[in-house]
Amino acid sequence: MATEAREATGVEVVDLAVTPLRDLNQRLHDAAREGGPAHWRIVNPNGAHAVAAGLDAQIEVDVDGHVGYYCAGMNKLATVRVHGNASTGLAENIMSGRVLVHGNASQSAGATGRGGLVVVYGDASARCGISMKGVDIVVRGNVGHLSAFMAQTGRLLVCGHAGDALGDSIYEARLYVRGEVGSLGADCVEKEFREEHVDEVRTLLADAGIDDVHPEDFRRYGSARKLYNFSIDNASAY
Amino acid sequence: MCGIVGLFAKSSEIEESLGRHLGAMLEQMSDRGPDSAGVAVYRDPAPSGSSKLTLFSADPLQDWDALASELGQAFGGSPALETRSSHAVFVVDAEADEAEAWVRQAHPELRVMSAGQTIEIYKETGRPEEFVRRFALDDFHGTHALGHTRMATESRVTTEGSHPFSTGLDLCLVHNGSLSNHNRLREKLRREGVEFQTENDTEVAAGYLAWRLREGASLEQALVGCLDDLDGFYTFLVGTVDGFAVLRDPIACKPAVLAETDDWVAMGSEWRAISVLPGASEARAWEPAPGVVYAWERQKV
Repeated sequence: MATEAREATGVEVVDLAVTPLRDLNQRLHDAAREGGPAHWRIVNPNGAHAVAAGLDAQIEVDVDGHVGYYCAGMNKLATVRVHGNASTGLAENIMSGRVLVHGNASQSAGATGRGGLVVVYGDASARCGISMKGVDIVVRGNVGHLSAFMAQTGRLLVCGHAGDALGDSIYEARLYVRGEVGSLGADCVEKEFREEHVDEVRTLLADAGIDDVHPEDFRRYGSARKLYNFSIDNASAY
Repeated sequence: MCGIVGLFAKSSEIEESLGRHLGAMLEQMSDRGPDSAGVAVYRDPAPSGSSKLTLFSADPLQDWDALASELGQAFGGSPALETRSSHAVFVVDAEADEAEAWVRQAHPELRVMSAGQTIEIYKETGRPEEFVRRFALDDFHGTHALGHTRMATESRVTTEGSHPFSTGLDLCLVHNGSLSNHNRLREKLRREGVEFQTENDTEVAAGYLAWRLREGASLEQALVGCLDDLDGFYTFLVGTVDGFAVLRDPIACKPAVLAETDDWVAMGSEWRAISVLPGASEARAWEPAPGVVYAWERQKV
């Protein structure tokens, strides 16, 4: 079946209902080292954890269905598209490449990511972009509470609303939200939204393939830089 | 960790095969809780004026027939008895609280797992897949059921420390998480007359709900009270005679997924648990928001 599918369409099809997850990931890793199919389609993920984790090659992977924890974790170079929902830790520690979810993502999407682009076309729940370190995250819907908690660098763009404590203890990441913000976390403040920021939002939207949202409609949030050094006046915020 | 599953039938096909589906869900959550497993099944309501007790005995040679005779002598009639591994379900000609009090008094060596009109609770230590076979979950039909796989963090791995916990007549609770103020709260509830059988944190949450309900709170009010009075992490699934309710703590570290089709409503710690249900790929699926009570009841569906 898989071979026939590859011959017909050039896409390597792997059915997780019959192929063990470790075999799939090993084949994806081998393909990176030794060359192999450039385009993969994974069917019947049924919420399995760590689907397409640890990729390190310019390949494309489409996943048809809902995935479990840590899908496309540590991704490098590859493009992973999930046609379903993703559970906790989507694209955790992504280094480069693109991870796109045509559904919702659970908590901690893009956590600690160092580069690349994560796009969630639905909603992302709590702690989206927690401790992000350079990744760009674009969410077409809403994000939950404590998003961008301790975010260090990179951009988080939210086309919908953000939950409570956005950007709590944030460092230098830039946050753009189009809708309401439930509340701002410690040391996170609204900042001036200048022309260069409109351009930045426009570029991020274009990268994510979102063309029905106006870049001028966003507001910018970032660090007040008051928690960088200990101050007794801030003791309650530590 | 720990795994939670719940299944609420909206069609007669799902009611007929409720146990089979619940077992499949439970096995999917084996990795999350390999220490013990348990289920609460709502089925076959006892006739008016009588009630159902689920009892557990640690003694493999327990003479359940003799107990049935004793119950018959105490309350009249001939109580129906169904045994299932270490558990037995009795239908007694008495109100549930009366029958439960009698067993506690006359047979302190037995544990009352559940009491009410329709609820049956079974739980044991060991791997969830083994539990599913040992308790023949495939046999069960019913209107709704919930289950739990346990990875113990706060107290010992015992049958009594397994979930679900009874929280009153036809009520039960399963929990994923850990509570940090359970010792102090247990003492407070003891002063209110709530009895505890273990040092388990979830039993305190169950006792808290039982106490609030006894004091006149609605289920929703009692659950909302958890947000103020319980300190710790939790995703709760509460079973009632009519359905079930879900609550996550405001920080919401512990996972939960809800899904619904025309045939069922399901809750799982992860999508894996729900993916085994018929028509799952077409189900509407979402993550319950933190601090919000979600409830399904038979008459409202």
